[in-house]
Amino acid sequence: MIRVEGLTKNFDDGVAVAGVDLAIARNEFFAILGGSGSGKTTLLRLIAGFERPDRGRILIDGVDMTDAPPHRRPVNMMFQSYALFPHMSVTRNVEFGLRQEGVRGADLRRRTEEALDLVAMRDYAERKPHQLSGGQKQRVALARAIVKRPKVLLLDEPLSALDRKLREQTQLHLTEVQKKTGVTFVVVTHDQDEAMTLASKVAVMNQGRIEQVDTPRALYAQPINRFVAGFIGATNLMPAEASGEGFLGEGVAGFLVAPAALAGAGPFWVSIRPENIAISARNAHLPRSNAENGRVESLSYYGDHTVYFVRAEGGALLRAALFNAAHAAPAFHVGDDVTLAWPPEAVTVLRS
Amino acid sequence: MTRANGGRPSDQAPKNSAFPSAAAPYAWLLAFFMAPLLVSLAISLTHAVDGVPPYSNPLDWRALNLDNYRSILGDNLYVLALWNSVRIAATTSLLCLALGYPMAYAMALEPPHRRHLLLMAIILPFFTSSLIRTFAMINLLKETGLINQALASLGLIDPAHPPSILYTDAAVQIGMVYNYLPFMILPLYANLVKIDWSLAEAARDLGAPPRQAFLRIVLPLSWPGILSGLLLVFIPACGEYVVPTLLGGQNYVMLGTQLANEFFQNRDWPTASAVAILLLAILVAPLLLLQALARRLEAAS
Ligand SMILES: Nc1ncnc2c1ncn2[C@@H]1O[C@H](COP(=O)(O)OP(=O)(O)OP(=O)(O)O)[C@@H](O)[C@H]1O
Ligand SMILES: [Mg+2]
Repeated sequence: MIRVEGLTKNFDDGVAVAGVDLAIARNEFFAILGGSGSGKTTLLRLIAGFERPDRGRILIDGVDMTDAPPHRRPVNMMFQSYALFPHMSVTRNVEFGLRQEGVRGADLRRRTEEALDLVAMRDYAERKPHQLSGGQKQRVALARAIVKRPKVLLLDEPLSALDRKLREQTQLHLTEVQKKTGVTFVVVTHDQDEAMTLASKVAVMNQGRIEQVDTPRALYAQPINRFVAGFIGATNLMPAEASGEGFLGEGVAGFLVAPAALAGAGPFWVSIRPENIAISARNAHLPRSNAENGRVESLSYYGDHTVYFVRAEGGALLRAALFNAAHAAPAFHVGDDVTLAWPPEAVTVLRS
Repeated sequence: MTRANGGRPSDQAPKNSAFPSAAAPYAWLLAFFMAPLLVSLAISLTHAVDGVPPYSNPLDWRALNLDNYRSILGDNLYVLALWNSVRIAATTSLLCLALGYPMAYAMALEPPHRRHLLLMAIILPFFTSSLIRTFAMINLLKETGLINQALASLGLIDPAHPPSILYTDAAVQIGMVYNYLPFMILPLYANLVKIDWSLAEAARDLGAPPRQAFLRIVLPLSWPGILSGLLLVFIPACGEYVVPTLLGGQNYVMLGTQLANEFFQNRDWPTASAVAILLLAILVAPLLLLQALARRLEAAS
């Protein structure tokens, strides 16, 4: 659907998008995830046509759109600020794009009403934007962007202005609308939960580059580098060296054994997710690998689970997460001597 | 949703303010507008006498009448002055809008640090008195002036018979537009910088070519600036005295020049007052019209 090749955009004060290659399939719910200033908005604005790339190409449905002006591109954008026209009613806002296409009369009315129904805003059709709440504005912006049935809908942080509860509802709503309309959604967000729950594919962006594009599960389970491993979810990340029986991690006494051996020399990094680490009372017979003795240094109680920060004997501070039994207090306390253990599958070895 | 408690305190002015602020503008209006207006109105109903003050006692209400207004409206010179004033003020407002809108628009699109520089460039010439700048224009516009010299050296005009711009309608028009342009640019600029440009981008994104995006989004949102600019130019332009006197010549009549004439040359204060009151009446009409228009636009949008 969308192919982006070697896309680069420099501003006076540095590079915002640095040689991005992307392929987004039809009907996909695609997320671009990255920290503040990583170039997400710039990438979206390049695709929409508001910025001219310094280098690279943009193909939409096989057609080179690199030099097409925004109004000639079969994409619509939902702006972060919603950008609803303040001097027009909800209906007029939604109609705007259709009127530009020359749609008139009964056809115009029907399609506008369909779009308003899709976001359950029919009852507010005659209101002005300033008479709407944040969540309602968001829905109108979605209706306005989708009423033209674009090939691609670009959404820039669509939910960031909403409070948490409304955000969760709206996430469900967005997926629903995407399924119903079959439009390809490209959503930009800095919220990893949002990217993981919404999207079928996620691109992780960092300093103008795409680090990895994958399904949410693969990003979490098989990050290709330290940045992705650390950015998505919490993890225990440490430099490691290859040795005879496995890897030796910095600050960890025992060997770290991964399911598959990596060829070549280091440097390597090892990532172990906290929820994959089992925590138990101090074990007298410590295995030679994938286990570590330590002492609970602090803990955070989250209701459904508790995160323990354990100082390993080798010196590293490891994070282990444990589900709480029904209504039970955390199983261990600060100062307890414990043993941590994890299966080989939990050990992810990274080259960079 | 985000404001579950409904109230939006910032929308309402505080009711029990410690400052008697609301009274101040009214007191100002009363002291410096209504009082002089009433005095002028009273004097306009008297008749001229030789003496100090040069008008009959306005408190002698039996002697008051509308004779001054009758003679003004019956005098062809005044009808011409009235026509010239309204005509020149109207064309000045429209020309200022045509010139000022693109300038204000371009300024609003610049990055902030350059905007301030451009704003200074607009305002700075007005640190010099308008009288001096208008005098300077004489040197540009007269037969042997800089403009004609330049045209002659380019071979575009015959230096033996240069066309005269000075002391014509065109000269007055040029001088007026030059003098009043900032009064158009400033309110337009103030309005345009506040416009959220992502709205224009949204329009482009929804399929509007640049022209449509301007006509349907930016222009409607800049109506308030256009209206205040038109008023700020039209109102003082109607009573303008300096420009027609200097660039229009001896025989160029506008209400402002006639008013000064009656006042200083003829020492006819009652007629001068009547002219002033008439001028005010003329100005109230477009004011009410534009206000009604503004309200209609507000209601329509
Ligand atoms: N119009 C511009 N002029 C100059 N620099 C810009 C412009 N727009 C963006 N930048 C710079 O480009 C970089 C990327 O910005 P961008 O807005 O794409 O980031 P982002 O990932 O959307 O961040 P956020 O999550 O904060 O919205 C930043 O360093 C920013 O300062
Ligand atoms: Mg952004």
